[in-house]
Amino acid sequence: MENHIIKIEDVTFSRGQRRIFDGVSIDIPEGKIVGIMGPSGTGKTTLLRLIGGQLKPDGGNVFVDGHEIPALSREELFEVRKSMGMLFQSGALFTDLTVYDNVAFPIRIHTRLPEEMIRDLVLIKLQSVGLRGAAQLYPSELSGGMTRRVALARAIALDPRIIMYDEPFAGLDPIAMGVIVELIKTHNRVYGTTSIIVSHDIGETASIADIIFIISDGKVIGSGSPKDLFDEVSSPRVQQFIKGLPDGPVPFHYPAADYKEELLESTVTSSGRFF
Amino acid sequence: MDLLSALRRLGRDSLDVLSVFGRASVIWWEAIWRRPHFANLPLVIKQIYQLGVLSVVIVVLSGFSIGAVLALQGYNQLVKYGSESALGLGVALVLVMEIGPVVSALLFAGRAGSAVTAEIGLMKATEQLSSMEMIGVDPLQRIVAPRLWAGFISMPILAMMFSVVGIWGASLVGVDWLGVYEGAFWATMQDGVDFKSHVLKGIIKSVVFGLVVTWIAVFQGYDTQPTSEGIAASTTRTVVYSSVAVLVLDFFLTLVMFNF
Amino acid sequence: MQIRTIEIVVGAFMLAGLISLAILAVRVSGFAVGANTDTYSVYAKFENIGGLVVRSKVSVAGVYVGQVAEITLDPKTFQAKVRMDIQSEHNNIPKDSTAAILTEGLLGGKYIGLTIGADEQSLKDGDEIIDTQSAIVLEDLIGQFLMKQI
Repeated sequence: MENHIIKIEDVTFSRGQRRIFDGVSIDIPEGKIVGIMGPSGTGKTTLLRLIGGQLKPDGGNVFVDGHEIPALSREELFEVRKSMGMLFQSGALFTDLTVYDNVAFPIRIHTRLPEEMIRDLVLIKLQSVGLRGAAQLYPSELSGGMTRRVALARAIALDPRIIMYDEPFAGLDPIAMGVIVELIKTHNRVYGTTSIIVSHDIGETASIADIIFIISDGKVIGSGSPKDLFDEVSSPRVQQFIKGLPDGPVPFHYPAADYKEELLESTVTSSGRFF
Repeated sequence: MDLLSALRRLGRDSLDVLSVFGRASVIWWEAIWRRPHFANLPLVIKQIYQLGVLSVVIVVLSGFSIGAVLALQGYNQLVKYGSESALGLGVALVLVMEIGPVVSALLFAGRAGSAVTAEIGLMKATEQLSSMEMIGVDPLQRIVAPRLWAGFISMPILAMMFSVVGIWGASLVGVDWLGVYEGAFWATMQDGVDFKSHVLKGIIKSVVFGLVVTWIAVFQGYDTQPTSEGIAASTTRTVVYSSVAVLVLDFFLTLVMFNF
Repeated sequence: MQIRTIEIVVGAFMLAGLISLAILAVRVSGFAVGANTDTYSVYAKFENIGGLVVRSKVSVAGVYVGQVAEITLDPKTFQAKVRMDIQSEHNNIPKDSTAAILTEGLLGGKYIGLTIGADEQSLKDGDEIIDTQSAIVLEDLIGQFLMKQI
């Protein structure tokens, strides 16, 4: 029996009128790399926010390391989050602090270590992402790939048990992408950190994930090891997503009126303005 | 539009307004009241610099010009009754009780309030607030609270500077230029202006204005739509709402404090 | 900018605030509160106080010695009862001094002028000045003047 560090039980969540999750259950075993995949707009980032307690589900429950996340008070939540790291898509570095101070930030907040020890820790983390030389730069001076590596160094600064990666591969050049893949893998292997990767890049995610969950239309439509999902005849929806077919059970078209009819209609629907 | 849908709309709008007040109060409660702490003093100092010190130039310039103009206009009227020695008194009272607190608060809203909204809004848009939460730091305590404290501390200082510089400007125009007798200028002022019933009440006003303006600015930034249009709209709202709030509050504070 | 520079500048800003406060207190409102040191109360009754208000000054030979603290109406005599707070340093005002309500300039504010008597005993806290002279009301004056003319 595996130890599940995160349990998502039958979660429903709506934003406005739109139902994002309709009974999603995901169990994440400790120490594994888990990919959560799905077409864009399926609320993958929302799932991470539910785990981190930044959003509360409308129904169902979320457990992290035994804590019932939606029931925690603000203080307790901040306490639980000390064991989580999160890598944001934009990096979300604090723009008024240097790279060094960004990485030192969580350490200074949560520990009372002397400044020399913090310095060593920060340099170790920066070295592990290959950016020790950039310590005194400001976030505005970094490229996209460097920003994400600094953000990764900050996310792992306190050696959290869980790291959540929000679209870690999006918008990176192949080299930077390879670096991030390697970093995620190494960190998981060395520290045994549970890693959750939210992404729609199938190749990269499949190359490092132990288990993949595929979400579409608010439900988990398939799960298993990357090999299972690729090889076995899973549902057509899963096949469509994994093979990248443009049209299939997941429709290519946004719901619209009949094509022919709309073309023949004479009313102008555009507002006629550019800006 | 028929009556029913108009009513429905009115109901929805009132609920929206109520929820805005609710969210704003939560920010207030979480940032300042529940656990007031001064451990972040360096952050407060940095914000006093951003909000207060950087507003000094505009406040001093405006104060000087308004004081000078008040002296010119006041002299023109008073000299008709031969009581131009009351110039100092008139200018000082108007500045200390009304124009000092009100105009410096309006300038503060335009100069510092808008900057606070834009800064916090941008932090929200770039997920800095989210990432701070995930690191386990409450942005209400780390980002919002120091700005509220800084506004609370800076505003009365700016208002007092405004009044002092304004009175100085009035004395330059009145005494050195228009030739009001210097002794009478200061003596009538000192005779007529009372510290407790005029100066202190003006300071109380500016403290209230400082709180309200920074509160509005911080809330608009924190509650913004994290897009460029959203931040632009919030920044505008900060200036408009806080200006209106200052003027309306001024009326009620005057009503309450000056025993009408 | 360096943290230290910011701290210094903010310190200067706070200092400027304190100086402004001091200027407003001393130069603009002229110590109106600061002068409130030790005082003792003296009472006087007037037929008519004219425009005398609380905080009007009390003077001897034109020199400020205290201010009006309270004005009430005596329920029996229907006279105005005025409480004056006199500064303790002026503790040698003779008991038979007279109090008159005077006007500063032609249209200025009212104040109480004390005319010194010859008594050996001085006024003490709670004493009453018996000999008083009410405010001169302009209408009465004009009225008297007209009556004499006719």
